Amino acid sequence: TLQNWNKQNQFLLKTKQKMSSGSRRHRGASKPTRQQQGAAPPALFDDTSDMPQAGFGMQPPPPPPPPQQGFYDPSAHQAFASDPYGAGAYQPQYQPPGQPQQPQQQSYQPSFNPGQLLNNPMVNDMAMQYGQQVFGQGTQYVQENLNKYVTNSRIKYYFAVDNAYVGKKLMLLLFPYANKNWSLKYSSDEQAQAPQQQQPQQSVPVAPRFDVNAPDLYIPVMAFVTYILLCGVALGIGNKFTPEQLGVLTSTALVWLLVEILALLLTFYIFNLNSRLRYLDLVAYAGYKYVGMIAIVLSGLLFSSLGFYIALLWFGAALAFFLIRTLNFQIQAADHSSEGHKRRLYMLLFIAGLQPLFMWLLTARVLS
Amino acid sequence: DHSNNMGFGLFSLLEAGLLLLNAICVLHRERFLARFGWSSEQRDFGEPGVTAKGQLVNLVNSVQFVMRGPLIVVNSLVIVYKLVLG
Repeated sequence: TLQNWNKQNQFLLKTKQKMSSGSRRHRGASKPTRQQQGAAPPALFDDTSDMPQAGFGMQPPPPPPPPQQGFYDPSAHQAFASDPYGAGAYQPQYQPPGQPQQPQQQSYQPSFNPGQLLNNPMVNDMAMQYGQQVFGQGTQYVQENLNKYVTNSRIKYYFAVDNAYVGKKLMLLLFPYANKNWSLKYSSDEQAQAPQQQQPQQSVPVAPRFDVNAPDLYIPVMAFVTYILLCGVALGIGNKFTPEQLGVLTSTALVWLLVEILALLLTFYIFNLNSRLRYLDLVAYAGYKYVGMIAIVLSGLLFSSLGFYIALLWFGAALAFFLIRTLNFQIQAADHSSEGHKRRLYMLLFIAGLQPLFMWLLTARVLS
Repeated sequence: DHSNNMGFGLFSLLEAGLLLLNAICVLHRERFLARFGWSSEQRDFGEPGVTAKGQLVNLVNSVQFVMRGPLIVVNSLVIVYKLVLG
């Protein structure tokens, strides 16, 4: 797979050439220019495989001094063949063995003559080794740092969604009265389950892709961003928009989300309800209200205040119903007494009652 | 309606949290909480924390025990910050 490695190397090389020549934009791919802006942090691109892939996410090594740029010249021309505007600045002068013949490219003469260094296959090998090693180091660095803060596999569970799940879940959030079965599917299957570090024997909920009742973080995150943008639009319609408002909206919404989750955690502790809900589950369930809020803001924009209140009532009730039904199976009392059951009921009602309150709080501000 | 709540930053959340913790820490067990039966010596059952009130008493006690030291530090920092930077 010399060819594959050469292909992978070329993006690295194109970046290095860009960074040193600093010239025109590459028309075909926009990704390398992202690495051009200062020291772009690695790993913006999340790939779900464990092997290092063609590197958009890797840290570019420091640009070599210009006379060495001739290193990569003949292997770099392969990607420039299809690009009429890019830095096809170097005349291909040397065909390394194993590469197919590419059509010659019309290009301008570079300002310096990129020596004949790469005619030497030993130098070529060394350059590829260097690139490979740096790439490996970059990936390793990223993985270590990321795993320090956030458990990678745990979060991946919440984003394992597909289109069918998203569609069904959105329908469920907006109209939950038609659903019959609210229980989660559990499995001890290694493939489908959420990775658990401490208790590998316990059966865990199936990934959201396989069960429409499982919580996910994709919908809340997307709904949150959409809600912020929609509030910006609503403010603009009311002629009250400034860009700072977006920041204020975002931080306010985040603060209320945090407050709600802290209140929920506190209430769980006080009522002594041991639930299987983890923190991220609570974040997911608290984040589902943004879907309703989007619909509320939209109808408030379209149908002014009557539509706003009707939508608030409808979607508030729908979300409360959805949460009560979903959490019914997941909140268990520690002691199976009547006291425990009563507390569980109060907890459910408390959670459900918070939703319309927050929905109202966060949407009334943008609709005047 | 936009002038009502002009948005909370994350810093105001931190300040609110700090004030709440202060409020929990200044509750005096013997002089104040004992009058309401909330202090920890007054309970008879051997296993604390089964009832909601037990959990709350537990929570208050633990917050007081754990947070008194760090709260002194954080409070001083915030006081200096507010004095200097307004």
